[in-house]
Amino acid sequence: MSDATNVKDLLIRVCVGTGGLAAGSQEVIDEFGRQLGDRGIEAEIVKKCVNKTGCRGFCAKDVLVDIIIGGKSETYQLISTDKVGRIVEEHILKGEPVKEWLVGPEYHSFHDRQTKILLKQCGHIDPEDIQAYLAIGGYEGAKKALSGKPAAVIDEIKSSGLRGRGGAGFPTGLKWEICSKAEGHPKYIICNADEGDPGAFMDRSVIEGNPHSVIEGMIIAGYAIGASYGYVYIRAEYPLAIHRLKIAISDARSRGFLGKNISGSGFDFDIRIKEGAGAFICGEETALIASIEGKRGMPRAKPPFPAHKGLWGKPTVINNVETLANLPAIITNGGKWYASIGTEKSKGTKVFALTGRIKNTGLIEVPMGISLKEIIYDIGGGCEKNRKFKAVQTGGPSGGCIPASHIDMPVDYESLMGVGSMMGSGGMVVMDETTCMVDMSKFFLSFTQSESCGKCVPCRVGTKRMLEILTRITEGKGKEGDIELLLELGTNIKATSLCGLGMSAPNPVLSTVRFFREEYEAHIREGICPASVCKALRRYVVNVEMCKMCGKCFKACPSGAITWEKKKPASIDKGKCIKCGACYEACPFSAIT
Amino acid sequence: MTEKNEQILDKYDREKGSVISILQDVQEAYGYIPEDAVFWFSERLNIPASSFFGVTTFYAQFYLKPRGKNIITACCGTACHVKGSAGIINRVREELKIPAGETTSTDGKFTVETIACVGACSIAPVFIGNKKVFGKMTLEKASEMLKELDKG
Repeated sequence: MSDATNVKDLLIRVCVGTGGLAAGSQEVIDEFGRQLGDRGIEAEIVKKCVNKTGCRGFCAKDVLVDIIIGGKSETYQLISTDKVGRIVEEHILKGEPVKEWLVGPEYHSFHDRQTKILLKQCGHIDPEDIQAYLAIGGYEGAKKALSGKPAAVIDEIKSSGLRGRGGAGFPTGLKWEICSKAEGHPKYIICNADEGDPGAFMDRSVIEGNPHSVIEGMIIAGYAIGASYGYVYIRAEYPLAIHRLKIAISDARSRGFLGKNISGSGFDFDIRIKEGAGAFICGEETALIASIEGKRGMPRAKPPFPAHKGLWGKPTVINNVETLANLPAIITNGGKWYASIGTEKSKGTKVFALTGRIKNTGLIEVPMGISLKEIIYDIGGGCEKNRKFKAVQTGGPSGGCIPASHIDMPVDYESLMGVGSMMGSGGMVVMDETTCMVDMSKFFLSFTQSESCGKCVPCRVGTKRMLEILTRITEGKGKEGDIELLLELGTNIKATSLCGLGMSAPNPVLSTVRFFREEYEAHIREGICPASVCKALRRYVVNVEMCKMCGKCFKACPSGAITWEKKKPASIDKGKCIKCGACYEACPFSAIT
Repeated sequence: MTEKNEQILDKYDREKGSVISILQDVQEAYGYIPEDAVFWFSERLNIPASSFFGVTTFYAQFYLKPRGKNIITACCGTACHVKGSAGIINRVREELKIPAGETTSTDGKFTVETIACVGACSIAPVFIGNKKVFGKMTLEKASEMLKELDKG
């Protein structure tokens, strides 16, 4: 198996998304290069062989490596440089895959339960090579759209039932129609890639993994509404995504997909990148427009809506990355096809960033209407260390916590709103019994409080007061009536703020009070943090019956507060304990509470 | 200073709405936004300095004070928070002896900042040291990171 012909058919794919790079994928690529070079395989072949691919979602098992010999593919997980030698020796040269390093059944269950439209190509094509995108039918959707009338494109999208993936779920086709009929010239299409929700990274991964799909989507949208220019407003915190987008835009331009008279259609369109400067509020449409105009990103009252008066006062459509990336497939396969996936009111698929205390963290794409249970257990594999699932936060700081009792609910726009949360951009942060819900809502509120632009008094001052109350509850200084005060403030802030940030900022607090009121009461009345998170209320003790006397807590303790000898249960000296939680984290048997 | 500024001015060629882009380039060139530079651009572009300062103080990315030689950015996103980033940040600040309320160590070697979310939640908690991403951070790995960055 080690002759030259086999080596020529060799393809090595290494995940180089941000997750993969941090896990050392560049080093792994270099090591493959060295090892193959050492064994007399020409460096030129190596360069071609090692194909950089974007994120494939299953970040918990990075670095992921595909070895494809003569079309037969095997996938390895958790690969580091020291494992490369054996893979080259046994698999590439002798044709015997190293079985114990191959991905396990959880890799397949992680992928098998998903429906991939958007992420189909992420992790399989080279995002820095337009040829790879063209080879899988890239830009065919744009060509098809441009060969017909703009109104036909709008009708197709309307029939697909696609709704904005940025959070609120406004029907995309309708938004376009309003803008296409608005007076004013030129018109603009803006791609909102200011993914500010903490806990969300779908947009980054789509751009890193398949940047051309976003550009193609912008061409289709631009044509539909009659725009001449497009802007991608992207966070400066995403350098890799910006880098790949720049390459993709210049490649698309040189192939004639951007610029004058695209593909002979007479349609002129070009795209520019605007880097955000770090403000969560700029995800809001009118604030984003202000920011592109070089101003402080402060929202204004609507109407007039951006579809009538947007960027530089001209009609503008703002679509989220995911919305745009869906367009090529919808145009190519037809709106009916897309509408056949999902539920009655929520069509198609949705990408979620599954993170927090869950085994299989990563990026998933599922049909609308799938149950939370399927996402968390079948795809996510349940909570880390098999702890008890407690709640999941969807919609980032604007959404709410959904408790374990609602695990059978379907995931779609309306159902999520019904439990006081929202779809949001698609962050899903899983919490287990070690997460304190009061601390969690304090965390979200401190985020929205510091990101409030300060324009509206209820949001600027109200969130500050709410944060003060939450802080004092977590410090054990809560008072009777605090919960009621939080509810009153929250309701008023929601009712009287101008933009989505203020209108949704109290959601995490309101939803946790609704579902976990007893935790708030335990903090206030009994001075106990049930999850042992709030430092001032923590008391660590060893449960002697559960203790397996392994000594891991003893080694983890930074202040020497734990006494332990072999074959004897550990104990904690309260005087020396600094309540850091290191022992609690270290214990594999949940014996420290 | 003038030469660097001229280059930036040429790049944007007085196009409208370029205040943020100019400030981003100024910061790239100087490491922070010097007051003098703001007045220089204000005069050339006939845009009030208050507009520049307004934008500078609005966005988290801009700094009006010089920063440390090594920049550590700690992610405070939800996933990182759930996985205990706050404790690690405190330890890093303690090790670098950064005074309360400040972000830069007294010797000017390190600046420790927090950021809302870097969008790498699957490898939480995440730290970025001089643009290199350090994932799945622990107290031990944080100390190693500091040593690595200090060596350069």
